[in-house]
Amino acid sequence: MTDLQACITIGVCVLGTMLTRFLPFILFPENKETPEFIRYLGTVLPYAVIGLLVIYCLKDVNVFGSSHGLPELIAIVFIVFIHRWKKNVLLSIAGGTLLYMVLVQYIFVW
Amino acid sequence: MSEQIKTLKLAFPKTIPVMTGYIFLGIAFGILLNEKGYGIGWALLMSLFIYAGSMQYVAISLLVTAFNPIAALMMTLMVNARHLFYGLSMLEKFKSTGKFKPYLIFGLTDETFSVLCTLDGEKSVSRTWYMFWVTLLDQCYWVTGSGIGSLIGTMISFNTKGLDFVLTALFVVIFVGQWQDTKEHRPAIIGLAVTLLCRILFGSSSFLIPAMIGILICLSAMKKPLQKGVKA
Repeated sequence: MTDLQACITIGVCVLGTMLTRFLPFILFPENKETPEFIRYLGTVLPYAVIGLLVIYCLKDVNVFGSSHGLPELIAIVFIVFIHRWKKNVLLSIAGGTLLYMVLVQYIFVW
Repeated sequence: MSEQIKTLKLAFPKTIPVMTGYIFLGIAFGILLNEKGYGIGWALLMSLFIYAGSMQYVAISLLVTAFNPIAALMMTLMVNARHLFYGLSMLEKFKSTGKFKPYLIFGLTDETFSVLCTLDGEKSVSRTWYMFWVTLLDQCYWVTGSGIGSLIGTMISFNTKGLDFVLTALFVVIFVGQWQDTKEHRPAIIGLAVTLLCRILFGSSSFLIPAMIGILICLSAMKKPLQKGVKA
């Protein structure tokens, strides 16, 4: 790929990303009353979307694979537990990630 | 001016988890892009203007395959379709944010969204500044991370296997936080269950769109009972 082609490819990625970010605000502008159903979606979607993102992050986990998704399961259970206990975001994220790295580098290695 | 510094001081602690995540993920992105022969200029260009974490990882693969802008556009729309949901959720919050609005929309990534959607209270000038600082700080972390990754990626060597789990950890933490925030857990359960079901049915590369449609259908069908439980 030439530099020009790379620039065009990146430009297309910018365009597509901006389209998905700006579209809702173009469809429902400020000066018009947002439909009641859309406002309802605005209150429940944040909860559903985070659920979607958790699964999205785990999309390549194969429960029939060699590790059966155990490193992911152990790390997530650990994060949920330590976060409910200590309520420290940084500790939960750093601890969970570190545990996961140890699990996939030293324990589930085959 | 002091009002703006005050909101910056309020905003910064809220962005610390994103900082850890973005610096790690940005570094990993910079390293990977560098490996494919695209140096720091490219990394900064992409992080400044695309500014979408998972999309930039996909963009790396687009850059090393044959030139095909139409396929690249389709891919981008698929990967980023979830942004439509963030926009819908932020319609009210971004109202009357004036000249900040275009940047707030431009910078509405997964992580920025997750910080902003926990924000409640009155619309005010300081709230607009708060949202601006969160968005700006988050992008600074991302750009810095990808720059560092690109520069020192070849110098340091440690086993980064599993490092990308930081993104999963971030979302799990947000999920737990939201769970404890409300008594109405059904929207969260719908999000998890519908997506999991679609992942099983459609496979790992094409489940996102069906999952989004499924979530919309479930939330629509349960509008009456759900409207009472969730705080608006």
